[in-house]
Amino acid sequence: MTHLLYGIFIDPFVQMGTAPDLLVQTLWEGLVSGVLYALIALGFVLIFKASGVFNFAQGIMVVFSALTLVGLNENGMPAYLALALTIAVMLVLAFAVERVILRPLVNQPDIILFMATFGLTYFLIGLGELIFGGDPKVMISDQLQLPSGSYRIPIFGGYLQMQKIDVAAAIIASLMVAALAVLFNRTRIGRALRAVADSHKAALSVGISLEQIWVIVWFAAGVVALATGIMWGARSNVSFALEIIALKALPVLILGGFTSIPGAIIGGMIIGVGEKIGEFYWGPLLGSGIESWFAYVIALVFLLFRPQGLFGERIIERL
Amino acid sequence: MGRSVGGPILEVEGISLSFGGVVALQAVSLDAREHEIRAIIGPNGAGKSSLLNVINGFYHPQKGSVSFKGRKRRRVDPHEVAQQGIARTFQNIALFRGMTALDNLMTGRTLKMKSNFLHQVVYWGAARREELEHRAKVEEIIDFLEIQHIRRTPVGQLPYGLQKRVELGRALAAEPDLLLLDEPMAGMNIEEKQDMCRFILDVNDQFGTTIVLIEHDMSVVMDLSDRVAVLDYGRKIADGTPEEVRHHRAVIDAYLGVAH
Repeated sequence: MTHLLYGIFIDPFVQMGTAPDLLVQTLWEGLVSGVLYALIALGFVLIFKASGVFNFAQGIMVVFSALTLVGLNENGMPAYLALALTIAVMLVLAFAVERVILRPLVNQPDIILFMATFGLTYFLIGLGELIFGGDPKVMISDQLQLPSGSYRIPIFGGYLQMQKIDVAAAIIASLMVAALAVLFNRTRIGRALRAVADSHKAALSVGISLEQIWVIVWFAAGVVALATGIMWGARSNVSFALEIIALKALPVLILGGFTSIPGAIIGGMIIGVGEKIGEFYWGPLLGSGIESWFAYVIALVFLLFRPQGLFGERIIERL
Repeated sequence: MGRSVGGPILEVEGISLSFGGVVALQAVSLDAREHEIRAIIGPNGAGKSSLLNVINGFYHPQKGSVSFKGRKRRRVDPHEVAQQGIARTFQNIALFRGMTALDNLMTGRTLKMKSNFLHQVVYWGAARREELEHRAKVEEIIDFLEIQHIRRTPVGQLPYGLQKRVELGRALAAEPDLLLLDEPMAGMNIEEKQDMCRFILDVNDQFGTTIVLIEHDMSVVMDLSDRVAVLDYGRKIADGTPEEVRHHRAVIDAYLGVAH
């Protein structure tokens, strides 16, 4: 018994103190996966804010966009042209979703729209497999001139190893978040987005076109998905398995709040760092595997004590 | 009074609207003349709000037509109606609760803003200048409605009466030709009602805005309006000056119950 208590409450901290370089390395690894969770969560938040729809298909949009990019390149298209064309495909997808799913279902209960995004998920899986096949693909990192290799930074007598692609992912994610923050808070299109999020009928009455707003947010979410797909694909590879990992965004959202962009970022970081630290220091006690459930336990605790998340708005059910 | 009532700006003809088997409006016709204050009254469930929602484009009637500024319109969406110069408020306030009063009013100017999204990205400076012009106009309205002190307050935190005023401000920010007010004084105390009456009269007088308003409170309407239409069970039962309507047999019956 004392052995177990020692293992839980004392030993991990002793280890952290005696090998700070390992702690920093673990923190970095955590932050990197946190950034990727945060990016997926960001896509959810965008759409949820502006249309109140929980878009189950965000995960598959990540896979689909990355597949399109790699697939086009495989068929002989230069990398940057393929990138531009993939962005165009995401725009077409946004228009199609608005026209085929959102517009006919306007004013339906949220659960109906949620189910519709399930349908979209399976449609995109099928379409992706049909066109590009079901095999995992390798992200075209070199053609896109993404950095490879790693930095070795001496720290606390040891080394911090940072993959250059991870550093790039963190920078690109920060830039995207900054751009979205400016879009939401400093521009009139952002004001219109927030208006739609608050009240559909009031937004309509001042002349905001819901259709236009929906296309914009779905396109923005599509671009975020593409960036996520490239980064994630560069670290592992591009396959439909990514979609399962994308579900990690759910606990991130519960932690950060469904309507908050900073919440998505910070939630992603907390989950990412938490599960890596937990795995590394407490994992051996529990026979490891903490990484796969840690996020969901945190989410459960939040659902019990702070269901609106860290930064979310208190949800008041509209009638 | 600096206004003179002109020709009809809004003509509603033979509107019938039903939801499944429930008939909300039956062959209702009425018009509003330029610069007038036109009231629609009637007991609960008479179809007043439905009629406003038809004019506004939220509901599409099965029969009948709506003409605005002489143009008869087919099926239109609310944001297109807004483009034609019709603004409105709602019975149960529909504000952007998370935004400040100022941002709510700025949103009201959506249609007055020329630059679109791309434009804004490319010509950041021009877009900023335009924003400042609109800001000046919004400040005028803020002064007019005497809500300077709550400019920066998120509207969700404001008391009911002030929320109603901000909502009126948002509608005014669009500089509409026709303003639709759905029970602007519902749930207000006497003092707030008097303020609201004053604002409605001033809007009409100073900006020449045509106003169609729905009210429950008969006394308010009689003092305020040029002409009053009365709805009951989805039909128009009377129409005329306040004096005529007040003495109309069917109106008295509708409001007090039939006791011949």
